[in-house]
Order: sequence, then structure tokens, then C-alpha cells
Amino acid sequence: MAEGGVIRVSGDSEAREAVGEYKAGWHDPENSTIRFDFGLSEEVVRQISELKEEPEWMTDIRVTERPMPTWGNMSMLEEIDFENICYYLKSSDSTERDWEDVPEDIRNTFERLGIPEAEQKWLSGVTAQYESEAVYHSIREDLEKQGVIFLDMDSGLKEYPEIVKKWFCSVVPYSDNKFSALNTAVWSGGSFIYVPEGVHVEMPVQAYFRINAKNMGQFERTLIIADKGSSIHYVEGCTAPSYSTDSLHSAVVELVALPGSHIRYSTIQNWSSNVYNLVTKRGIAHEDAKIEWVDGNIGSKLTMKYPAVILKGEGSHAEVISVAYSGEGQHQDAGAKIHHLASNTTSKILSKSISKNGGRGTYRGMVTVSPKADNCKLNVVCDALILDEGSRSDTYPTMEVANPSARCEHEASVSKVSDDQLFYLMSRGHSEEESLAMIVNGFFEPFTRELPMEYAVELNQLMALEMEGSIG
Amino acid sequence: MSAVDCKMSGQSTLLEIRDLHVGIDGNEILRGIDLKMGPGEIHAIMGRNGSGKTTTANVIMGHPDFDVEKGDVILEGESLLELEAWERARKGVFLSFQYPQAVPGLQVGNFLRKSVASIRGEDEAKGSVFREELTSAMESLDIPRSFMSRYVNDGFSGGEKKRFEILQLMLLKPRLAVLDETDSGLDIDGIRTVSEGVNAAIRGTDSAALIITHYSRILEHVQPDMVHVLLDGRIVASGGPELATKLEERGYEWLKEE
Ligand SMILES: Nc1ncnc2c1ncn2[C@@H]1O[C@H](COP(=O)(O)OP(=O)(O)OP(=O)(O)O)[C@@H](O)[C@H]1O
Ligand SMILES: [Mg+2]
Repeated sequence: MAEGGVIRVSGDSEAREAVGEYKAGWHDPENSTIRFDFGLSEEVVRQISELKEEPEWMTDIRVTERPMPTWGNMSMLEEIDFENICYYLKSSDSTERDWEDVPEDIRNTFERLGIPEAEQKWLSGVTAQYESEAVYHSIREDLEKQGVIFLDMDSGLKEYPEIVKKWFCSVVPYSDNKFSALNTAVWSGGSFIYVPEGVHVEMPVQAYFRINAKNMGQFERTLIIADKGSSIHYVEGCTAPSYSTDSLHSAVVELVALPGSHIRYSTIQNWSSNVYNLVTKRGIAHEDAKIEWVDGNIGSKLTMKYPAVILKGEGSHAEVISVAYSGEGQHQDAGAKIHHLASNTTSKILSKSISKNGGRGTYRGMVTVSPKADNCKLNVVCDALILDEGSRSDTYPTMEVANPSARCEHEASVSKVSDDQLFYLMSRGHSEEESLAMIVNGFFEPFTRELPMEYAVELNQLMALEMEGSIG
Repeated sequence: MSAVDCKMSGQSTLLEIRDLHVGIDGNEILRGIDLKMGPGEIHAIMGRNGSGKTTTANVIMGHPDFDVEKGDVILEGESLLELEAWERARKGVFLSFQYPQAVPGLQVGNFLRKSVASIRGEDEAKGSVFREELTSAMESLDIPRSFMSRYVNDGFSGGEKKRFEILQLMLLKPRLAVLDETDSGLDIDGIRTVSEGVNAAIRGTDSAALIITHYSRILEHVQPDMVHVLLDGRIVASGGPELATKLEERGYEWLKEE
């Protein structure tokens, strides 16, 4: 059972069963109700929009130019066969509010992933997306009464077109990069959240994304607006079956943190190693607002993701805390972008990456301070841990500071697990694998302590499984 | 000597090191060490820098970098050489490190509980009994409670690291404890506290301790049954506690001539 993209281990025997395997890698028979042929054309884009009965302005936004991105792992991107990807696939007729009404095979999938159970225990609301559409959606009644809107994006567009029109593409313009533009063209699903002024959503809301079909492209679109003085914690998890052919996940997430509000967005992606995960995440923080990205990249073949914050309002604060694990054949190209546009803004980037079995981890960061922004403080720390020869870690930090009053701190470290460290832990009765997992989990600790407890425990379990069978 | 000889002399043997030759990267470091310890005994090893003391400790514990070229290390009649360090730990071998390793992000409390669970068993690490044991051990070693949430040896002072090693000794209750320069870096009270801990853990029990040290002070507190002097990978002299005093006064030079 996995949940939130992270393996949930309920018993020892189950843990052992999963040794060295991707645990969420099973797939269900594909029973789609609507599916577009492979490949993308303006025709397909217009059909998707028509099918969703969208207003004309949305159809217009969808049809746009698509420049290729200019940073990241270009050669790996070239391998993507855009003609061989299914851009829209619908497996259920509607989004349900009761798990009982979700088609049985899909419900079983989410039960195996532990979602309904987690929902009962510790979440304020859940949305579950299967292929292109949300199949389940719910929010706690008390939050609904306080005016909190938590919908899948398609329903959001139908029910609150004015709010969506006002903010859609306001943070990530559709011409931003090829993948955000691709998303804007064919987007489907994702979450739409509006938190009214002064409302604090205490428990996290969760979205869970599952790709089941082969050669699938999932393009969810998420928009979160926190009104003045409000707060919300959004958590997402992702898994897919292990196929030998590639799938593409290309999401766009836009956050709007109005004055004095606080948005925390946590992700644990554990895509199978045939998924290209190319995601554009960006938020705008107004005066005294705070945006935090907590970003865990464990799965996928190639991830390119640089959660960004535009510090637009005075006194706003940004934090990007990320971990990346790159195993065999994986490249995690992740980092952060922060733009200090206003005075007295502060930012903190903490990046931790582990590479093993020839995996490759890259930190790519960009922090800018504009000439008008006085007294900004920025802090960047990137640590890499390399577990064996032949694994690789690179750091590309960029800082463009155009205001001399800025206080910048930057630290980077690359370390290896030493024999002496392993020997110390082994001398206390821990096997080599357990010892390595302790070191790795310790390395990730500054990240895990930011996660809700349930996630932290599961992330540790997941890393312990990744370390099994890894000692040569 | 065989097991039969041991019985005949009326002494049971807890640890026996037999003609131990150890090398690393082709260099021979230990060149034939013999040592025997019975239950309840405390022995000391002294010797110059680089004479092979830590290597001996590492090889007893099972450090993977060293090659045992000849000889054997036997605990309670069973050779340890084929066992990995963690298996030896579970058989009751403990090493207090000369240079304890830091593990950032691994919380002390969590680590201690896991270690007790893997060495003494899951049941011993559970609930209030363990917590009480831990609290009283920490108190006796003057380790503040706040250390529970710190990371293992991360930013610990030299003396704090040594106290933390002894805390682990007290909680893991080994059959054989090897203390590699645990007294170096400890203040005077610390040496007394640690000595009391060692005496309590060994005297009158069926466990044994091997104390590696450069100073006679700790030996005044624990009164070892035997003192061995290591020189260039060999034990060149063995005797009672008076040998330690002699070394402190005269150094090691005279041993070379003998
Ligand atoms: N990993 C290693 N690689 C190479 N040489 C080593 C290694 N470990 C120990 N040695 C060498 O073996 C010899 C014995 O070292 P050892 O650490 O056992 O000395 P020691 O008696 O503990 O000294 P000290 O009193 O300084 O702690 C030294 O010459 C040392 O340089
Ligand atoms: Mg030494």
C-alpha cells in the first residue's frame, strides 16, 4: 500500500516483499470512457475544450505557441516522443463525493494506495485524480461553511468562472516555457482552492495523482488563492505503474498569497521510473505573505522542477525545501527560483540530494534581487550525498543581486558516506542496510521534519526500502 | 591453548585472541597478538601512538577495512572473524570509539532505542522500563536531558562524545566492552564517573572490559587485573597494575631494550 506517493508499510512481511521494487508499480486494466488518439494538434486541443463545455476565453488560452525550455537536461528532453503520448483520457463519467460511487476498479486503486484511510484520519479534504480527470472529491463540511472552496479545476472553472478568469495564467503566463504552455493547451484536472480572508485551514488538504494507462500524459492544473490573512497546507502525492514505455506528467501550479496569508505546498512524487515529470510551480507573495514549497522527488525518470516564488509585496517570505533521490537511470534536476521584487523580503532555499547506483542529482537555482528591493535577506544551502562511485551530483546556483543592501548567504556541500560512519552504526547492532538508511534519513531530516507526521514516517520507510539490496 | 586446557586451569575464557596478524593495504600492523580474558576481568592495553591499539579494537569489533592474515578472535568459544560488526554487536561485543562518528539528523533518543532493540531485543526497548533505565543512566553520567533530541555526536564536545559512548555501554550491556581511549578528553570527574560505570558493569558479572589508555589515572579507579604493553603490533610486556605506574614514570624506551 502506498499513499501520497510514499509507501505505507503496515507489516514487516509486506516490507520485505517489496525489496528493491517500486511498490506502487502495479496497473489496472484500462477501461476508458473517452480517449483521444496519440499525438497533439490544435484539433485535439479544441476537442478537449469542447468536451469540457468551456467558455471561449479558456479555449483561446489553450491554443498557444510552445517554445522549448532553455535550461535543464536538454538531451534527455529530446528523448520524449510527443507524438506517442495520449493527451486526454477519461475513465470515469463524473467526480464523486462518496468513495462508494467511484467505479470499483479505480476505488480499489486508491484504497491500495491508502487514500480513503488517510482522509478519515488526518485530512481536511481530498481530491483523487485518475488519468485526466478527478474521480473523487470531498471537503470537510465546516470548511465549506466558512467559505473555503476546494474543487477539482474543471468544476472550479464551471462554478467560479470569475475567480478562475482573474487568476488563471496570472502567475505562470502561458508563454512561459514549452511544458507550461503544453499544460495550458491540454490541461485537465488539478485542484482549485480559494481560502477566504482570515480563514485558517488547520489540517492539510490532499490531492493524489495516479497515472494508470501506458504512454499517458497527465496535465493537471492547480490554482490556489489564499485571501488576506488566511492559511492553508496543500499536500500532493503521485504514483504510476511501471511500464517500459514513457509517460509524461506536466503540471502547472499557480499560487496567489494575498497580503498576510500563508500557503504551504508539499509534494512527494514517487512516479515510476518511466515517467517524465516536468512541472512548473510558481507562487506570488504579496505584502507580509509567506509561501513555502516542500518538495520531495523520489521517483520518475527525469524530473525538472524548480518551484518559484515571486516576492512582490514588502515583507513577504519564501521558502523552498527540497529533497531528491536519484537511483539507477534517474535524473532529478530540481531546485528553486526566487525573485525579490520588494524591500524587506526574505528567502530560504534548502536542497538535499542523494544519488546512488549511477543516479544523477542536480541542484539548479536562481535567486534575484531587483534594484528597488532594499534590505533583502537570502539564504541558500545545498547538500549532496553520494552513495557510490559512478553516481553524480552537480550544483548550479545562480544569484543576481542588483541591490547592494541585500544580505546573501550561500553554502554548498558534497559528501560521501564513510566506512567509519557505517562501522560506527553497525557496531551498535544495525545491519549495513539499516545503517545506511539511518544516515540517509538523517540527511533528509531537515526536510522530513517539515512534513506532517504521517508523511515523514512513510518517507523514511520508503528510503529504507530504497537502501535495501543496495550494498555491494 | 585449547578449550580443554582452559577447563583444566579452572578458568573459563570469555575472550581469546590467538596469534593475531592484521594488515591493511599490504602493511602489517598487528604481528601476532595473544590475549586471554575471563569473565569479570578488566584488562588494560597501553602503548605508543601508532603501536596498533585502535587496530586491535577495530579488528575485535569487525571493521571491514582490515585483513586478518593469521590467527583468531574467539568469544565464548566461537570465532568472530566470519561475523560482521553488527552480528558481533548482537553477540555482546561493544566498542567505545576513540573517535565517535557524527550522524547528522539521527536523533540520540531514537538511535539509543533502536540500538537497544537490535542488541537486547525489541521488548527491552519498549515503554517505561527502558525510559527509566535511560534516564538514570543519563543522570549518572551527567548527560543533560536535552541531548535526547540532539543528533548523534553532532557538535558534541570531546568529553560529551566519550560520555555518550559510556551511556551506550550502560544501555547495551555487552559481554565484552572495548574502551579505546575513553579517558582521553574527559575531565577528572568524568574519568571517575566513567570508571564507576565500568566497575559496575563488569565487576562481579560475567562480562569483561578491555581498556585502551595512555594514562594510569583511569587504571587507579578500575584496578585492572592485567596491563599489556603493545609495541609495533606485538604485546611486549604484561603485568599487574604496577606496570602502568612504571610506564608513566619511565616511558616506553626501556621496553625496547628488554
Ligand atoms: N585505515 C588505515 N590505513 C592505513 N594505515 C592505518 C589505518 N589504520 C591504522 N593504520 C596504521 O596502523 C598503525 C596503528 O594504528 P592504530 O590506530 O592502531 O594506533 P594506536 O595504537 O591506536 O595509536 P594512538 O595511540 O595514536 O591512538 C599506524 O601506523 C597507523 O597509521
Ligand atoms: Mg588509537
